[in-house]
Amino acid sequence: MAWELKSDRPIYTQLQDYIKLGIISGRYLPGDKLPSVRDLAEEAAVNPNTMQKALAELERLGMVYTQRTSGRFITEDIKMIEDLKESIAKEHITEFFETMKKIGFSIQETIQMIEKEAKELTI
Amino acid sequence: MSPILECRNLSKKYGYKEALSGIDLSVERGRIVGLLGPNGSGKSTLIKLSNGLLTPTNGELIINNMPVGPETKKIVSYLPERTYLNNWMKVCDIIDFFADFYENFDKNKAYEMLKRLNINAKDRLKTMSKGTKEKVQLILVMSRQADLYLLDEPIGGVDPAARDYILNTIISNYNPDGTIIISTHLISDIEQILDDIIFIQNGTIVKTASVDDIRSQEGKSVDALFREVFRC
Repeated sequence: MAWELKSDRPIYTQLQDYIKLGIISGRYLPGDKLPSVRDLAEEAAVNPNTMQKALAELERLGMVYTQRTSGRFITEDIKMIEDLKESIAKEHITEFFETMKKIGFSIQETIQMIEKEAKELTI
Repeated sequence: MSPILECRNLSKKYGYKEALSGIDLSVERGRIVGLLGPNGSGKSTLIKLSNGLLTPTNGELIINNMPVGPETKKIVSYLPERTYLNNWMKVCDIIDFFADFYENFDKNKAYEMLKRLNINAKDRLKTMSKGTKEKVQLILVMSRQADLYLLDEPIGGVDPAARDYILNTIISNYNPDGTIIISTHLISDIEQILDDIIFIQNGTIVKTASVDDIRSQEGKSVDALFREVFRC
């Protein structure tokens, strides 16, 4: 997974999103130990202070927790991960409907199109 | 903790030309700071005052609670814009030279970084490309356990891939309690490793801010803001 960072949003929020995505996609499993701040910062090619800030924020949200001396771990709260997955999915759907509205499709029409396209798709 | 670098009403004149006009500035410890401004804005002057290569015309410059002098040079590691190393020297000789010169120079670290960048320590500088020379110089500077690193245009002469590598070298090798001040106009390349920025123009500080604040308040990158502030 490449860390592609956009230029119009704070970097630490984008780092948070990447790690969240890593958690819900199963790249990081519940209870897994996260790499060190330094290693993660190097991987993402960002300042370690920024990575630290992102992880502190995830910790505040309960997505990761620190075990004294042994490092940072992914939450074992499966419900929280499921909720996160759902809320991210919702965000994408809302965004999609908004885009479709901009190009002139009502919600009803959009749903019809989705059903039609889904039949042809083979993923 | 007290700031690592503090300027109070700092001015520098070259003859009648004022390069810095009464700037007040304070740089915190443990930060990576971009010193950004157009050509001739005073970036190099400020850096050269901070390492004692120039003396102020007026005002004060305090590093680690001390005026600039031999004591501050011990804790400041400086990468100049141009190389001052002798072309006939081998990298390993220069490393010995640096180890002699600076008590906080870490030879092992230097060799480790050379290895990572595939540079042969037995090579003489004159056989190297401009980019490789720049890498060697950066390795020497980053191998010191300094409190303040002053990097004047560290990525100017290298290709974009090497640039990424150099930035990586900077973030993975600096001492976390140290502060790095990077002067450059290649903003978009270094933006993601910066904590704070200082915009400087015509010898005055136009803006100081954290990169996160700029992005969340202005909704744009530092690069975009720079282009706006310094539009010609």
